[in-house]
Amino acid sequence: MRRQLLKTILFSSCVFLGMSSAFAQTPDTADGLVKFVVEDVMTTIKNDKAIQSGDLRKINALVDQKILPHSNFQKTTQLAMGRNWSKATPAQQALITQEFKSLLIRIYGGALAQVKDQKIQYKPSRAAADDTDVIVRTVVIGRGDPIQLDYRVEKTANGWKVYDINVLGAWLVESYRNQFNDQISKGGVEGLIQFLQQRNSALAAAK
Amino acid sequence: MKSLIHHLYKAIILVMVVMLGACATTQQNERVSRIDPLEPMNRAVFTFNENLDQYLVKPAAEAYKFVMPDAVRRGVTNFFSNIGDIFVAANNLLQGKPKEATSDIGRFLVNSTIGILGFFDVATDVGLEKHKEDFGQTLGVWGLSDGPYVVLPLFGPSTIRDTVGLAVDLKTDFVMNTNQLNADEKIGVTALRVLDRRANLLDAGQLLEDAAFDKYSFLRDSYLQRRRNQIYDGDPPPLGD
Repeated sequence: MRRQLLKTILFSSCVFLGMSSAFAQTPDTADGLVKFVVEDVMTTIKNDKAIQSGDLRKINALVDQKILPHSNFQKTTQLAMGRNWSKATPAQQALITQEFKSLLIRIYGGALAQVKDQKIQYKPSRAAADDTDVIVRTVVIGRGDPIQLDYRVEKTANGWKVYDINVLGAWLVESYRNQFNDQISKGGVEGLIQFLQQRNSALAAAK
Repeated sequence: MKSLIHHLYKAIILVMVVMLGACATTQQNERVSRIDPLEPMNRAVFTFNENLDQYLVKPAAEAYKFVMPDAVRRGVTNFFSNIGDIFVAANNLLQGKPKEATSDIGRFLVNSTIGILGFFDVATDVGLEKHKEDFGQTLGVWGLSDGPYVVLPLFGPSTIRDTVGLAVDLKTDFVMNTNQLNADEKIGVTALRVLDRRANLLDAGQLLEDAAFDKYSFLRDSYLQRRRNQIYDGDPPPLGD
């Protein structure tokens, strides 16, 4: 019993230490957060041959560990759903968020395998010190034309979280708004869920 | 070639006028009916383009990518991009951005000489950033609004304003206007240009298929956003939605 207690204390203090060091690492500005995540992800990929060759399991692990803790997918999904969000029950909302997240990871995960010798240029921030919703602008410079890649980042109780990205001038949320709306006006919220599930399993089968 | 395009536009405008009346009655939500009143016609043209791509352009581009070494393809892309920089410079001047225009001319000079007729993009390496400008954007900077969304045969997503812009771009196009090439050669160069462009988009094409719930509207909404973004050079003011 005492041993158990000791173990628990030891374990929780380890977790606590681990957490506090994670907090110490995570920067407290939106720019800093994006830079931190991007550099971390790029370094990991450059040192991992399996990811470079497109190993989906490792890519998913990378997304889970390095990207998801700093993003707010529920907000992404909620914004893409627009007014329809309130038509869904909390359980449906959670399911839609989950399916949309899997879809995006499937689609964009492959792009992570393309990371090689690209350089990221961070554009100067114009956000005021007390802004809680900020756009961080970057340009990916590699072979071929420069790629505009911007992030919408929001300050939450748990630090800054990315909730929207802009690739080559189109915001993810904005591009998906009509896609969600169409499915819902066709088959309701349930129709949308079914559509997302079908798309995900089709993509899983194709890979 | 030129008169072909001319006839094409006449036909497009005619079809648009006819369809304008026909599509007022279809079901659309308020936002869509504002940006895309020509949706039924656009969808028809979109399907035509998709078929053309699926059976002709895409397979040809895949073959081109398969046969051509990457370095050669890169050179072809750079070559056309380099000629384009003169027009980018002209548009930047028309948009009141002499600094960018000077940089574009600098790019052209560096790449045409050190970059061996533009086959190598040395300018980017020395820090002269590539800009993307066209006359549609210039019209946008001058304050012309998009007008309805239009899908053009062969050319794809556009708006009324960008169609006018495209017509001017084609009218002033280097390959179309040079007297160094005869008609057959012009067709050959145009074909190469199309192949080069399509080959560069092959990877993105699959991503689009996977990402879109409805490819037509996904492409439309992305195009309109992207154009607005380009007109404001990557930094558009927020939309009051």
